[in-house]
Amino acid sequence: MSEDPDKMRCAEFQAQLPELIGSGADAAAHPHIRSCELCRALLADLETIAEAARQLLPVEDPPEELWEHIESAIKGETSQSNPGPTGPIRLN
Amino acid sequence: MQRSRFPTPPESPSTGLDVAAPIPAPSAKRVPFAPALPNPSEADALTRAQAGDHHAFAQLYSLHKRRIYSLCLRMVGNVPEAEDLTQEAFLQLHRKIATFRGDSAFSTWLHRLAVNVVLMQLRKKGLSLISLDEAMEPVPEEGPGRSFGAPDLTLSGSIDRLALERAVADLPAGYRLIFILHDVEGYEHNEIASMLECSIGNSKSQLHKARLRLRDALRMSSHKEAQP
Repeated sequence: MSEDPDKMRCAEFQAQLPELIGSGADAAAHPHIRSCELCRALLADLETIAEAARQLLPVEDPPEELWEHIESAIKGETSQSNPGPTGPIRLN
Repeated sequence: MQRSRFPTPPESPSTGLDVAAPIPAPSAKRVPFAPALPNPSEADALTRAQAGDHHAFAQLYSLHKRRIYSLCLRMVGNVPEAEDLTQEAFLQLHRKIATFRGDSAFSTWLHRLAVNVVLMQLRKKGLSLISLDEAMEPVPEEGPGRSFGAPDLTLSGSIDRLALERAVADLPAGYRLIFILHDVEGYEHNEIASMLECSIGNSKSQLHKARLRLRDALRMSSHKEAQP
């Protein structure tokens, strides 16, 4: 564990991280990072998390019956303004 | 305590939309919900749907249902609510589709419409006010000091997708909202600040705290897995 003065430097550096990471600046080039293993690990982890988040893809399909509900609601809305017979629409 | 509020979504001068204002052209940052190339079948379906063709609208639903549903599900973390919000998003789309003028990619426009539907619902429920306030408040034990950890507990450089999905779902709603909007969906801080009516600094700060929470959760998860 770091001594108090080191902790303060870590705290000061980490307080700047929200701005630093989102600014496009090279946070890894910060002088504190070069000398502090803990903050270097923290920065690497946060960058890993942000990168992993970018890889998250839409993975869930809604239930099949949701389209029927949407279609029914649309028909309800459109029949009020433009009444007329329409059949169900099959999804491809 | 000052409560944060979700604003009424910005109106577009060009379209008069209240929920699907076209967002600026994509910045240098990735915009994952915008396709790199126009989809010819989508363009055709869009044109026909704008003219009132319900079959074309069904085609647009098929093309975008997964993306929109996944967005809703991640933002609210609740299946029935995500279904309701997906339905509302596509109903809004049906009402507004004729006003889409192509100022942005259709998928970007639809995505923003869906985000605004979710935000409006959260505002109606008051859920977001509490959760976002919680997220906005400094939590002493989440200060920088908490991030001091043993180096052997750092993440290995790769994160299991399911573990990340679980950790994101377990985030407090306010943190989750900002993390999803920024890191997953690719919105910029100025866009998030506008949508959530908070400062850009707040958005950055809350995103940072969300990532710290995720780091703690992921480290704990990987530590548990490493134990015999």
